[in-house]
Amino acid sequence: MIQFIIKGLIRDRSRSIFPVLVVTAGVALTVLIYCWVKGAENEMIRANAHFTTGHVKIMSRAYAAESDQIPNDLALAGIDTLLPALKQRFPELVWTPRIRFGGLLDIPDEQGETRDQGPVMGMAIDLFSPESPEKQLLNLEPALVSGRLPREPGEMLISETFAQSLNVKCGDRATLISSTMFGSMTMANFAIVGTIRFGVTAMDRGSMVADIGDIQRVLDMQGATGEILGFFNNFVYNKDEAQKVADAFNQRYSDEADEADEFSPIMKTLRQQSGLAELLDMTAGVYTGLTFLFVVVMSLVLWNAGLMGGLRRYGEFGVRLAFGERKGHLYRSLLLEALVIGLCGSIFGSALGLALSYYLQNVGIDISGMMKNAAMVMSNVMRARVTPVSYVIGFIPGVIATLIGAAIAGIGIYRRQTSQLFKELEV
Amino acid sequence: MKNWFVTLIIILNGSLLAQTPPGDEILKRVDQNITAENKVLTSQMIIYGRRGERTVHSKSWIQGTEKSFTEYLDPPRESGTKMLKLGDQLWMYSPQTDRTIRIAGHMLRQSVMGSDLSYEDLMEDPQLHKIYSVESVQGDVFNSQPCWVLELQAKQSDVAYQRRKIWVDQARYLVLKEERFAKTGRLLKTTVVKSVMQVNNRWVPEHIVFRDVLKNGNGTEFIIDSITFNVAIPEHIFSKAALRK
Repeated sequence: MIQFIIKGLIRDRSRSIFPVLVVTAGVALTVLIYCWVKGAENEMIRANAHFTTGHVKIMSRAYAAESDQIPNDLALAGIDTLLPALKQRFPELVWTPRIRFGGLLDIPDEQGETRDQGPVMGMAIDLFSPESPEKQLLNLEPALVSGRLPREPGEMLISETFAQSLNVKCGDRATLISSTMFGSMTMANFAIVGTIRFGVTAMDRGSMVADIGDIQRVLDMQGATGEILGFFNNFVYNKDEAQKVADAFNQRYSDEADEADEFSPIMKTLRQQSGLAELLDMTAGVYTGLTFLFVVVMSLVLWNAGLMGGLRRYGEFGVRLAFGERKGHLYRSLLLEALVIGLCGSIFGSALGLALSYYLQNVGIDISGMMKNAAMVMSNVMRARVTPVSYVIGFIPGVIATLIGAAIAGIGIYRRQTSQLFKELEV
Repeated sequence: MKNWFVTLIIILNGSLLAQTPPGDEILKRVDQNITAENKVLTSQMIIYGRRGERTVHSKSWIQGTEKSFTEYLDPPRESGTKMLKLGDQLWMYSPQTDRTIRIAGHMLRQSVMGSDLSYEDLMEDPQLHKIYSVESVQGDVFNSQPCWVLELQAKQSDVAYQRRKIWVDQARYLVLKEERFAKTGRLLKTTVVKSVMQVNNRWVPEHIVFRDVLKNGNGTEFIIDSITFNVAIPEHIFSKAALRK
């Protein structure tokens, strides 16, 4: 039966080429959009996790309540005991302390007077411990535009754009002016040893990276940190596992004394920070909506194609009914034809969509022009992401839409009156 | 009977008004009391933050209203930090970096040593009558002291506080309490004098509590340990070179 239908479709190209082309185009677009949305979602999670939220993050309760303002006066103290305890209790995660801070970067002239000055957003990370994952997380080596990574205390990296605006180069000295954990103004000299470009506008505008030991000393934060970030060992975010870890940790610090102490630690998952849950849910919603829209549009187009085919094959159906073929059998053969067309179109469409997605995964699209004033942590190059689901996702709208289209168009078969057939065929 | 009562009210009111000096006069007396040709003082700031309290000791040399030099003495982390004010310019020297940085722009709004005082507060001309006009004068009692309550409005727009309300001790012409407001009318800071002392026939606030109401802390106490008026201050102190010494 299937062989008969396939032969029919190959020999009568007028009833297969247009529907296959439509399905191919629709499926290719579905696959491409799926991969693109997955890429955007993945990039959003990766950039936010690596730069700001971690897969989970521990802060003091007071800091967490105002975390957008980076209130280092509310930092988490006693990390010398907390970090080893975390490593022991949650070995499935890598833990790393970070301090984010704001301030001014002051560039002196030959007399030591201010030559240039600019606001800076700083990130203090563990640069020197061999087990620290920070270089890998922040992609520091590939992000290096000039110079080298800090090797010893008193050295720092600044963003390439910032270096250009301050007119400094590697080897120059700069003074960081900031506030200590207790609110005093503080100053510290650093040697600029490298310039970096993260490819994230929000990070590249005016940022500096220094070792956390230096910044703890400068900001009077010995034994304290703003945040402790946790990453799953495979560096892949797992929503449910992250929630389990956070629940287990917070359970430990949930008695009355901890609730009352604004400096007791609290763990938040990636989704619980920076409104990411809403953003990620919205992305998923947009994708589902788009897929549904494609199914509807393709069904309408294929229904139309089916109707046109039905009109063109009006005589054929009449003869087949006159020969005694049952309406149900004819309808099922039409659906089987649609299934074959849907499968063929889905295979071709998936291949085309995957080819385009792989291209966009490797090359990406530069959206830095749209991110000039963005405060959101997002890469300037958007890439698609091909996942195992990408290989099958196109078959859902491809086959379903074709079947729905054929099913609607085929309803006309049941309206034919056998008694009228010969009269119709004479015409 | 009714006419007599109205007349009595008018007479009493008139006699009260006659006892109240004009607002500008009160303000000038306040300024005279607080400003001197020069003064040297040692003081301590007790800063109450959310993590506890810190005490910062300092010594200041002040000449008129234009020049001042402050050296922080303690705690060790702040020791050696110096500040120089010359007219409308302010520099800060940090011994850790051996750098002198001019404090300007939005840095002026930052807190001094984590206290409830900002650099902008330090930069203000202490002579209130020059930058504020008196809008109203009323009688009140604060800490059992009869006071005049003056509502001040800035004469120009480039001042840190557009409006102030001050409680002036009627006997000693000292500001015992103050509320500082933004242009929008929002209360920004309060100061309360806890104790006063007399030095060379001048009344000086000895213990003041500053509170930045926009912060969550419990305020900053400023205590003058010693103050000497009209002593000779070498001119070189008020130079940028002195910051590095």
